[in-house]
Amino acid sequence: MTADQIIFLLCAALILGSALMTVTTRKLIHAALWLVAALFGVAILFAILQAGFLAVVQVVVYIGAIAILFIFAVMLTRRVVLDKGQQTRSNWWIPALLGLLILGGLVFLILGQPDFGRTAVEMPTGVDTLRNLGTALVSPDAFVLPFEVASILLLAALVGAVYIATGNKE
Amino acid sequence: MSTPLSWYLILAAALFSIGLFGVLSRKNAIAILLGVELMLNAVNINLVAFWRYLDPAKMTGQVFAIIVFAVAAAEVAVGLALIISVYRSRKTVVADEIDLMKW
Amino acid sequence: MEKFIIWLIPLPPLLSFFVILLFTNKRKALSHDIAIGAAGLSWLGSMIIFIRALGVKEFGKHFFGSSINWIPTGLTWIKIGVQIDPLSAVVVFFVAWTVLAIFVYSIGYHNFGQPKGDDDVAGLPPHGATVTEHGHKHRIPSIEPMYSRFFAFISLFAFGMYTLVVSDNLLTLFVGWEIMGLCSYLLIGFWFGKPSARDAAVKAFMTTRIGDVFMLLGIAFVYSFTGSLSFSEILKPEMLRALSSTSAFFGLSAAGIIGLLLFIGTVGKSAQWPLHVWLPDAMEGPTPVSAMIHAATMVSAGVYMIIRMFPLISAGWSEGMPLNTTMSVVAFIGAFTALFGATIAVAQNDIKRVLAYSTISQLGFMIAALGIGAYVAAAFHLVTHAFFKALLFLGSGSVIHGMEHGVLHTSDHIDPQDMFNMGGLRRKMPITFWTFMIGGFALSGFPVLTAGFWSKDEIFAAAFGTGHLLIFITLALAAFLTAFYTMRQITLTFFGDPRTKAAKHASETPWTMTLPLIVLAVFAVGFGWVGIPEHFPGLGGLIPNWFHEFVGGTLVVLPKAVEFNWIPLITSLCVALGGLLFGWLVYRKVKSPKQDFLQIPVLMNKWYFDEIYNFVFVKPAYWIAEKFTSLYMDQKVIDGLLHSVARFSLFLGYAFRTYFDKPVINEFIGDGTGNVVKASGSGLRKIQAGRIQYYMVVSIAILVIFALLYYFLIGGMK
Repeated sequence: MTADQIIFLLCAALILGSALMTVTTRKLIHAALWLVAALFGVAILFAILQAGFLAVVQVVVYIGAIAILFIFAVMLTRRVVLDKGQQTRSNWWIPALLGLLILGGLVFLILGQPDFGRTAVEMPTGVDTLRNLGTALVSPDAFVLPFEVASILLLAALVGAVYIATGNKE
Repeated sequence: MSTPLSWYLILAAALFSIGLFGVLSRKNAIAILLGVELMLNAVNINLVAFWRYLDPAKMTGQVFAIIVFAVAAAEVAVGLALIISVYRSRKTVVADEIDLMKW
Repeated sequence: MEKFIIWLIPLPPLLSFFVILLFTNKRKALSHDIAIGAAGLSWLGSMIIFIRALGVKEFGKHFFGSSINWIPTGLTWIKIGVQIDPLSAVVVFFVAWTVLAIFVYSIGYHNFGQPKGDDDVAGLPPHGATVTEHGHKHRIPSIEPMYSRFFAFISLFAFGMYTLVVSDNLLTLFVGWEIMGLCSYLLIGFWFGKPSARDAAVKAFMTTRIGDVFMLLGIAFVYSFTGSLSFSEILKPEMLRALSSTSAFFGLSAAGIIGLLLFIGTVGKSAQWPLHVWLPDAMEGPTPVSAMIHAATMVSAGVYMIIRMFPLISAGWSEGMPLNTTMSVVAFIGAFTALFGATIAVAQNDIKRVLAYSTISQLGFMIAALGIGAYVAAAFHLVTHAFFKALLFLGSGSVIHGMEHGVLHTSDHIDPQDMFNMGGLRRKMPITFWTFMIGGFALSGFPVLTAGFWSKDEIFAAAFGTGHLLIFITLALAAFLTAFYTMRQITLTFFGDPRTKAAKHASETPWTMTLPLIVLAVFAVGFGWVGIPEHFPGLGGLIPNWFHEFVGGTLVVLPKAVEFNWIPLITSLCVALGGLLFGWLVYRKVKSPKQDFLQIPVLMNKWYFDEIYNFVFVKPAYWIAEKFTSLYMDQKVIDGLLHSVARFSLFLGYAFRTYFDKPVINEFIGDGTGNVVKASGSGLRKIQAGRIQYYMVVSIAILVIFALLYYFLIGGMK
């Protein structure tokens, strides 16, 4: 058990534990906060995987925006006192079973591939991942098109969210 | 990096399952969206793990992950806007009670 | 020329029938003018033909005739046509005269010129109109409501008779025969409001129909054997030889069978025993009808036909031989009927009934004469009988008319036809009296002066001369009774004192009725003198026996005149004079039926033949119709069958409906599919819960299941 593995395991424990708490906790605000924890754990993982930019983007976008959005939404829908009573549906065991089945299946498939047991390749020296990422995003030979489409998607989402959220004020 | 790739993949699968469980079994609509976020993060873990372990020189994995970020953000924005709008008219955020499209 | 006239003789009455019926029904005077005009035209035509015929030598061989093709039958034609040979010449002579006389008589009989009755309805005899004369009301006879119709019918009747007489073949003869049958029905039932008249009409038609069926069989037999229906073909000597030598049914030759069948037609039409029952009931019709039917035309037609067919029934026989079967049957029935009719006539009280039975009896004389082979005698008696019987009937009608006048005048409601209500009418109705006397004496056979004597005497002579003594005696007895009942009739009606008030006030009838009586009386006296036998003591030879030569010439071989013998002459004189005297002696004292010793029930009830026929034929027929056919066969069997079929169909329908249609098709298939759809719908619609998590659970579950299936069944990880 190398140090990497131990760190990985700790990180994994954080993520999975937080995720479990997200989906099972009674109070919705607690669930949002546990999500924050889980997202944080994912950021750490990205850092371990030497995708530093992504780790920061994860924290800024996911935790800084999305999770905050969640908390705002929870706040805006607080009038309905729903934190009492069972938070999961009465037939929660079907999704649990399904989840376990899918997990089992995926694990089985993963372990069945001998290729997946490899260890990481060496990072090529002299590679500036950030610069490459930026170039890839806007280079016409690379991924400028998906990048632009994603922009439009964000625009649409923006407009849509504003429109929906404001409702029929007049 | 001596952790095998499969560990990352298994972790992503577990996170995905937990997210799925959350989506399918929580009553509150916002809680369902929390589960969706978990699933999206699992996907991102997968993407980045594969990028690092197979060919870190190519940026495909990261670009894909960034796109997923963008999509997730958009989706959460619109989703929550919808929930708030529904909350305004129906006064409820319980997913089971929003069943106007039933028979 | 003659042929043309002969064709035209039957036509005027036919036209008169149609014109009266279609156009002039409401105008009485015009109707009788048309009818009498038509009868007059036919009379004129007949007279012309008769006179022409007299001028032809050997008329029997060179008679007038013409024929045309009528019905095509394969390679040949059925020909119809007209023929006037000696026999039909004399027949058309008397038919013309009697028909015309009766037509004229009918004007007065139906009270033309009198006012309409008080409450006369069409269908019932008229019974008087009340008029105010000299300050007081009294009833007088009223005009017949159906006046024009009567003339139309008797015109049709005349047409039928003329057709029969002038035809040269059995087919048109039968046509005329049947037309007269129809007219007898129409005219006997003329007063259709009376149930007795209706029944009598049906009875007449039915009874003659029985005879007609057999006659039609005979005609068919003739046609099938000889291939022709014309007299000239059938009565050829070669044909007759062939017919008499071919043997047919029941041991008779073809000629015998045909003769018998045709004779049965005569039995029906001329009211011989056993088909005599219709004739007395036919008195229900007006008197001119009785005269026409029972004297001038219809019954004479029967005798005429069988006289015409004499060569056929006597085929194979010649004088001196014993009679063949057919002739024996004919002679027997004729003689029997003569006596039979006479026995009933003596016990009748109705003036017309006496004459009816008298007709039956006299026809028996003619037929008996024919049966023993006395062709000329039969024909002679036919002609003379037509004249005096028509005279007697018309005279009786005149008597009744006078009596009705008295009935109306005195409102004495008695039967004007009952002889016991009459009496002393000779003073009140002189013309009627004298003409009736002449007719009655002619009927009785009063010597020399009356035609009846000569014709009857000839029959006696023939019967005696050919050795048929049984027939001779029967006929003599019948003749005695004839004279007896005739004198009875005359005495009761005309002699003595009036027995009722109505008789006291009877009056003579108008000239339209008495003129025909006078004319007929002339013939009743005079016609006999054309047939005086050559060997008759005294008178014989003075006038040649024209009748014998003329009519006898119709046959191929002129029959020999019978040798004179005293016995038949004496017999005839005795029975005639004796009967007349006896009748007068007995009945001048008799004032009421109780004093009449001949009112024996058997005779009064006509030997109960009506009752026998009713029991044997009519009641079973009714039973068959009502009980068997109608009730049992029709209602129970056939209707039962139909009802069962209907019930079965209904049952099938019900069964189908209840056991198949409703449960299977309606409920199972119809409602069932609906219910299945409904159930499945309401079951399946729950999938559309509208709850998103439910949808997702289901889709992910199915995805997992498919993945598992894919992995384990199909591929698995490569």
